[in-house]
Amino acid sequence: MVKVKIGKIKLENPVMVASGTFGYAKEFEKLVNPKHIGAIITKTITLNPRQGNPMPRICETASGMLNAIGLQNEGIDNFIKEKMPYLSKIGVPIIISISGNNIDEFFILTRRLNKIKAISGIELNISCPNIKCKGLVAQDKKETYEVVKAVRKTTNKTVITKLSPNVTDITEIAKAAEDAGSDAVSLVNTFLGMAIDVETGKSKLGNITGGLSGPCIKPIALRMVYEASRNIDIPVIGMGGIMNADDAIEFMLAGATAIQVGTANFIEPGVSGKIIKGIEAYLKKHKIERIQDIAGSIDDKK
Amino acid sequence: MKDIRAKILSNKKVGRAYYKMALDTPYIARTAKPGQFVQIKCSDGLEPFLRRPFSIHRVKGEGSRVKEIEILYEVVGKGTEILAGKKEGDFVDVLGPLGTGFSLPRAHAPNPNRVSGLGSSLEPRAIIIAGGIGAAPLVYLAEGLKKNKIKTIVLIGAKTKDVILCEKDFEKITREVYISTDDGTYGCHGFVSRLFHNILKTAESKFETIVYVCGPHGMLKCIAEICRERGFECQVSLEEKMACGMGACLGCAVHTKSGNKLACKDGPVFNAGELIW
Repeated sequence: MVKVKIGKIKLENPVMVASGTFGYAKEFEKLVNPKHIGAIITKTITLNPRQGNPMPRICETASGMLNAIGLQNEGIDNFIKEKMPYLSKIGVPIIISISGNNIDEFFILTRRLNKIKAISGIELNISCPNIKCKGLVAQDKKETYEVVKAVRKTTNKTVITKLSPNVTDITEIAKAAEDAGSDAVSLVNTFLGMAIDVETGKSKLGNITGGLSGPCIKPIALRMVYEASRNIDIPVIGMGGIMNADDAIEFMLAGATAIQVGTANFIEPGVSGKIIKGIEAYLKKHKIERIQDIAGSIDDKK
Repeated sequence: MKDIRAKILSNKKVGRAYYKMALDTPYIARTAKPGQFVQIKCSDGLEPFLRRPFSIHRVKGEGSRVKEIEILYEVVGKGTEILAGKKEGDFVDVLGPLGTGFSLPRAHAPNPNRVSGLGSSLEPRAIIIAGGIGAAPLVYLAEGLKKNKIKTIVLIGAKTKDVILCEKDFEKITREVYISTDDGTYGCHGFVSRLFHNILKTAESKFETIVYVCGPHGMLKCIAEICRERGFECQVSLEEKMACGMGACLGCAVHTKSGNKLACKDGPVFNAGELIW
């Protein structure tokens, strides 16, 4: 009753763990039974290894945190060699988050991942605010369309496009991803933000600005999921400050087919399991048979 | 590694802004190695948002009755303020043991067949150097060294007399405990690095010396430099802000000669020679 489908991926439940908050799953093996998670989205990988940003990279804020990691990762070759063997054995859908400096890199990455059977889907991280570029791909509907289109043409695997909240109108970007053939969109990535140490006068992040996540962004994320889901027909995967089952259900009522738990994994590694149990209890209590019946069922009559 | 809802067995003020908290965590107590740490959720609400890392100060009990860990902490902000207000019988979430701790030399077994004069056959000797709250992980280390029958010297440095920590704890472990204060109100006058220099002048040199140090960054750097000059192995315990504490967020990167490492997973203890200072 909690099964959902995103593109070709059949998920046992709608709770995924968000990219960059669950490492490559092995980090959590002693604390979480990954078999209970709907799908695992791995830390974003790039074509070449990336050192990431200077320290400090994280900073606590009111009900949330800023991060400016800068997509530190070992690159695709090392990822396939070092991380895939473990991921392949878990037995839940594995979705690989990728990011590229240009369309070619997205294309090459997708081609490399195509060959690996154990990979169910690809999430396009076109919305990381911590890399030095003019703007984010996800801030431009034309660029979004082109990147998604290039990947779509290259793979039969499920493609999820991860959107940025740092835009004027989320619906037009979501529409561009849909038009280009994305199977689903996931939103939101982090909000650009900053924090300053008043004693030193310096930013609390080495990168000066960073991405804000945690419960402090939830109301805005929820509104954006609501808006996006009303304007596209592909599934929306909602995220942004989900800490418990009620938060997850709110996103579903707003229009999300599935959700991702992100920053909460840092504070309570086993939180995804609790959220799944909480959703099941909610369905039972409200005598709802299928989880799909909740998606977008908000009573928004004024 | 486990995430445990742990009962607070005691929480006592031990100095100006320092507290010692004992936690009922049998699993962590039995598996923790010196230098490892735990992540504690100081509040059940959203403020403060992240867990706080605390090094394991001591493990209490013997054999199968080992069940408590102790943390020694300084009240420096929101998280530690809330923690200081906790009472015996309250519960907190404790995740651990985390990270890579100190590596201890094995007890010296004189080899009757050894060729005399070989450096590697020298008896090991540990010099522990604690700066301020940096003493916290070093008491458990000193206990481990004692168990391994390693001759140990302890140097404690602090700004002033009433912030000297763990003097008595160390004295129970070794007779050789030396103190320095920056303002000269207790022990030798000056930085602990000067005390370290002086000790090296007088201490016997027939040992294979290994130095363990935890404290402010400037002090670590200074001690690491002295060790490099002398050819001593030096293990430093770093303090970094971290979110997850288990290698997932990559928030606590440390620059080393072999690329970025994580303070939470590869550390907090690093070989000083590996770090780019």
